[in-house]
Amino acid sequence: MRQSYGIKRRIVRHWPLYAIIALPTAFLILFSYWPMLGVQIAFRNFSPVLGIWESPWVGFQHFELFLSSPYFGPLLKNTLSISLYYLAVSIPCAIILALALNEVRNGRFKKAVQMLTYAPYFISTVILVGMVQIMLSPTNGPLSLFSRLFGENNPPNVLASADSFASVYVWSGIWQETGYGAIIYLAALAGVNPELYEAAKIDGATRLQKIRYIDLPGISSTIIILMILSVGGLLSVGFEKVYLLQNNLNLSSSEIISTYVYKVGLVNADFSFASAIGLFNAVIGLILITTVNYCARKVSDSSLF
Amino acid sequence: MRHTTTIRESRADRVFLFFIYAGLTLVLLLVLYPLLFIVSSSFSSGAAVQSGKVWLWPVDPTLDGYIGVFKYNAVWTGFANSLLYTIGGTLLSVALTVMMAYPLSRKEMVGRSVWIWAILFAMLFNGGLIPFYLVVKQLGMLNTPWAIIVPSALNIFSIIIAKTFFQSSLPKELYEAAQLDGCGDFRFLTRIALPLSKPILAVLILWSAVGLWNSYFNALIFLNSQSLYPLQLVLRQILVENKIDYTSMSATLDTQRLTLMQNMETLLKYSLIVITTIPILLIYPFVQKYFVKGVMVGSVKE
Repeated sequence: MRQSYGIKRRIVRHWPLYAIIALPTAFLILFSYWPMLGVQIAFRNFSPVLGIWESPWVGFQHFELFLSSPYFGPLLKNTLSISLYYLAVSIPCAIILALALNEVRNGRFKKAVQMLTYAPYFISTVILVGMVQIMLSPTNGPLSLFSRLFGENNPPNVLASADSFASVYVWSGIWQETGYGAIIYLAALAGVNPELYEAAKIDGATRLQKIRYIDLPGISSTIIILMILSVGGLLSVGFEKVYLLQNNLNLSSSEIISTYVYKVGLVNADFSFASAIGLFNAVIGLILITTVNYCARKVSDSSLF
Repeated sequence: MRHTTTIRESRADRVFLFFIYAGLTLVLLLVLYPLLFIVSSSFSSGAAVQSGKVWLWPVDPTLDGYIGVFKYNAVWTGFANSLLYTIGGTLLSVALTVMMAYPLSRKEMVGRSVWIWAILFAMLFNGGLIPFYLVVKQLGMLNTPWAIIVPSALNIFSIIIAKTFFQSSLPKELYEAAQLDGCGDFRFLTRIALPLSKPILAVLILWSAVGLWNSYFNALIFLNSQSLYPLQLVLRQILVENKIDYTSMSATLDTQRLTLMQNMETLLKYSLIVITTIPILLIYPFVQKYFVKGVMVGSVKE
């Protein structure tokens, strides 16, 4: 009894807190939780006339259709291979850049490298894809200029080739995001206890040994947390860049789940089928992130939640 | 800081350091080259770019490309729209972030953990594209500027960062002292918490503004009229889809000028990239420290 009285008093006394949080809470409900209710159309045959609540139930029909369709295999393979490829390259690149910058003693050089590698992060996806098309153009881009320099008269059209799609996606991303990715590791490196370096110096450790035995263990928890976050997003590879890089010639390796959902749902207006694919995607993502988080907590002390 | 001792580097270390400097210089050149190539091409003549004569410095310098951009009306409409969406969206987003983060940073709030779980769950799981689209449609926002500004205004990642900042930089004693002087929760937010949180507000504003300025996805799914298109969608038409609207350049097209136009078409892309990227890259050195700070605040775990 006493406790509930206390809670009531606390609420009344701090009523402005609830008044302030009301508006953002309304946004959360409207744009995050209401769509979650709308997800039921994945189990219905949505018709715009009947609406979300009245359309007939069909159970798992859309899921079965998707899982047994010939698109399912390639979509999953493309999505996973692009994101795993990116994960496998981007994390080591950012770590190596941070470790290398951390060794540099010349403050101005360090700052210049850091500033310049970070800058491409601010370029929009549309501009980035425009730049990729220019750089890799088979007629007058630098790629064709350099391949002519090496005696290749018919430079390959990388943008129209399905085989090189993943590489184009990943390495343009590395160009754009490695500097940004390194910042968080640099911050973690700055937090390493300097006494460790002094002790190592007295023991005659080389720079490489210091990296191996002090720097890497020092940032391992940061690495683990960032990896958990990326694994959770494995199936939700950025729609924005893939969609822009797509063309009819590379579609066999560039169609991923999110671009397919967009085309089926909003271009062809098959709302229920697209919702089912989206829901499938979201559930797998949720399972992935909780599993990886659980494993990370078992193996080490670092976990996200 | 850690290299203040005067012990000489060993030979192995000096070799190692040499490779680090060499490697970083190579990285620097790799990052710079595409940017330099685009800038040089934008100042070259269309014919030189078409025939692949430009590889490092401008060839036959002209400003034709830039003149073309200035005559391209769709770019300016897009620019104005983007400005509107970015300013409106940023104001709303930052206000919502603060209004959510401040109460959640206060231990006195009953039911705080319910809210925190609700936002964390919303970060990990969502209804997906179609249900989200249907909600926006039901609200009658399709093909209006509201569709760009309102539905994506709540950014959970920003909320977590702001909440962490409020918790770590506004000590409990400060609130207690204010309370003794008769300052309520609302006044504490506007008079004490916000003025003390300028660095985090700068981070939130910049993140939101850059994100809104650069994104095209919401505009792609929610807008139909060209007159509402933000700059990024206009850029997509020109750079990615190669759709250039000559009537939009307020120039008459005759057959003699066709080659000229084709050269212009190439040049236009380069100048567009430069013009639309330069504002961001110019303010970037001044705002960069706030971004770094934001990343660091975000990495602090409770």
